[in-house]
Amino acid sequence: MLSGGEMLCRALHDEGVEYIYGYPGGSVLHIYDALHQQTKIKHILVRHEQAATHMADAYARASGKAGVVLVTSGPGATNAITGIATAYMDSIPMVVITGQVMSHLIGGDAFQETDMVGISRPVVKHNMIVRDPKDIPGIIKKAFYIAESGRPGPVVVDIPKDMTMPNVKFPYEYPERVKMRSYNPVKKGHSGQIRKAVNMLMQARKPVIYTGGGVILGRASKELTKLAKTLNFPVTNTLMGLGGFPGTDEQFLGMLGMHGSYEANMAMHNCDVILAIGARLDDRVTNNTAKFCPDAKLIHIDIDPASISKNIQADLPIVGPVKAVLTEMLEQIDNSSLHVDDAALDRWWSQIAEWRTRHGGRYRTDDSKLMKPQFVIETLSKVTQGNAYVCSDVGQHQMFAAQYYKFNKPNRWINSGGLGTMGFGLPAAMGVQLNYPDADVVCVTGEGSIQMNIQELSTCRQYGLPVKILCLNNGYLGMVRQWQDMNYESRYSHSYMDSLPDFAKLAEAYGHVGIVVDRAEDLESKLKEALAIRDKAVFIDVRIDPEEHVYPMQVPNGAMCDMFLSKTERT
Amino acid sequence: MRHILSVLMENESGALARLVGLFAQRGYNIDSLNVAPTDDVTLSRLTLVTRGDDQIIEQITKQLNKLVEVVKVVDLTEGTHVERGLMMVKVRAAGAQREEVKRTSDIFRAQIIDVTPTTYTIMVTGDEEKLAAFLESLSGTTIMEVARTGVSGVARGEKVLSL
Ligand SMILES: Cc1ncc(C[n+]2csc(CCOP(=O)(O)OP(=O)(O)O)c2C)c(N)n1
Ligand SMILES: [Mg+2]
Repeated sequence: MLSGGEMLCRALHDEGVEYIYGYPGGSVLHIYDALHQQTKIKHILVRHEQAATHMADAYARASGKAGVVLVTSGPGATNAITGIATAYMDSIPMVVITGQVMSHLIGGDAFQETDMVGISRPVVKHNMIVRDPKDIPGIIKKAFYIAESGRPGPVVVDIPKDMTMPNVKFPYEYPERVKMRSYNPVKKGHSGQIRKAVNMLMQARKPVIYTGGGVILGRASKELTKLAKTLNFPVTNTLMGLGGFPGTDEQFLGMLGMHGSYEANMAMHNCDVILAIGARLDDRVTNNTAKFCPDAKLIHIDIDPASISKNIQADLPIVGPVKAVLTEMLEQIDNSSLHVDDAALDRWWSQIAEWRTRHGGRYRTDDSKLMKPQFVIETLSKVTQGNAYVCSDVGQHQMFAAQYYKFNKPNRWINSGGLGTMGFGLPAAMGVQLNYPDADVVCVTGEGSIQMNIQELSTCRQYGLPVKILCLNNGYLGMVRQWQDMNYESRYSHSYMDSLPDFAKLAEAYGHVGIVVDRAEDLESKLKEALAIRDKAVFIDVRIDPEEHVYPMQVPNGAMCDMFLSKTERT
Repeated sequence: MRHILSVLMENESGALARLVGLFAQRGYNIDSLNVAPTDDVTLSRLTLVTRGDDQIIEQITKQLNKLVEVVKVVDLTEGTHVERGLMMVKVRAAGAQREEVKRTSDIFRAQIIDVTPTTYTIMVTGDEEKLAAFLESLSGTTIMEVARTGVSGVARGEKVLSL
């Protein structure tokens, strides 16, 4: 016989959970007491609930399994909202357990009462409130099932304090499976549609495979790589899709979209068939939808039918898990008598080669002695051979990391793409490091973003997490400044942060190592030195050129091919 | 274009809020909404009148289907269907007006369901056009209050919305 709190701990264990991330408070004290009396579930105490959500989220991004958060009612729950929304926008599986005031007090504006089910509703895949302690095992099972299946997402379970009373006990049984008549995610794609897709692909003369976070979430990068190799088609990834196809492969065009590579955006605009896989053609990719890829037929594979034909009408929709669909597609191609048009593909590849030589990811290096952010990321990529977990914050540094780090494996690029949450990077890196203690985990951040969750350096110390914080310190909210340069005649309204701390010293104050790098020639050796430290976090404060902009950058309201290529050139 | 969506969903607390919230969040409009349990009390049936071009209606349908509590969604306006709403109108009815209102009600096959020396409460059922026409015909009368249910509907013939 177990109490509600004990059942919760047991259910999490039966679900295979090892770590949960949280912060105690009044309404979850029974649960914390139950946690204290068991050893299977390990709890990580953060310094702010937002960090707990990002840690759990990043664990999910790296492992594919739902991360678990436990916070108290009221302010604990509202502090978690940003992290829940971050996970929601990127379809990350997460189970967030929030305390709630006693059932009989609900609705009476009790101390630390917020309607968490109501507040979280627009940013969760689903949420539930526990009304009977006996339901706890079933609700937890359901929460994980919903979070991880179909198009994943965060699920909130709100538990009133009286549901976890230590002295009220129940027989415990964890359900083996969940059956819901109203929720049945698709298991495979429609074979007839896949056949039509294969026909279209075989006739394509200027194809592009455009893939997103769905390939990462759906663990389909092997199938994607095989498909691209079989067909000899070029591949471009969204910000969320990086690592789905090897970044160093010749067939990789780089990222597409607002800050996509010249060749990726040119290839998209000029292509005749787009094979979109687990990507949602959002506004950061398409630019002006009216001018989007005028000659292209769109084949769109996604597990979520609502993502198909939402922004761009698909010519051939395929609803299903990307892995299953690609596997079947590969089988059909194998058995097909059709062949790709090699001559046309040769012409297409030489066109792409020409675009590559015209721009090809260059950045200016001549006009200043200051270190270039691109160079910093290139060096990181080289030193870690494209195998590190790179957990990014939000801003210019994020785009430079996406453009210049060559991800060779999926689940290694961990960033807040959909919501663009500054403050994500450090807790994300911690969440990954905790679960992959031997891996190189680097938080690429800016001096603005890092200060949004800098308090987590303390958590980092408590759990001995040797993350590497690579701060591209330009002294500005660089991305804001860039927009002000481009659209507001360089009126820097509140994009300069005065009174920055000495980050290296700050890191030391928290018990970590602080390194300052201000000369390009020192960077590689300092990075190696930092990566060799395995028992402490290292803050690497890199002073970079504050004037740098992220290019290419799509011209607002233009087609995909309309880009600024530098401060002085545009297409 | 006007569409009538019929939704079968779990009769659970919070399900309705989720559905209505979806419309608010995504900027879809609701002309009318009608919801009650079905013969199977674990299921609610909701009928919703909305407006939008084909692409919006397709998105609404897909987004509704994504809600975890929603079991089935059909667009009744895709096929032939019958739709009815119920309306109660309380009017000032005194003197010569009483006869006039009674006659109009008879023409619309409406029923007077409450009477006082100075008022009538009239109940009328029908599609939205009929209800609008009835209100129009009362234009010479003082309307004190109107209560409408919103539209409910089913497909014609063998087609059903059930589990
Ligand atoms: C929580 C939050 N607030 C505001 C923004 C808007 N924003 C996007 S990038 C950026 C600047 C980030 O500055 P920094 O971390 O120094 O990175 P940099 O662009 O300089 O590399 C801001 C303010 C955001 N994305 N998230
Ligand atoms: Mg900055």
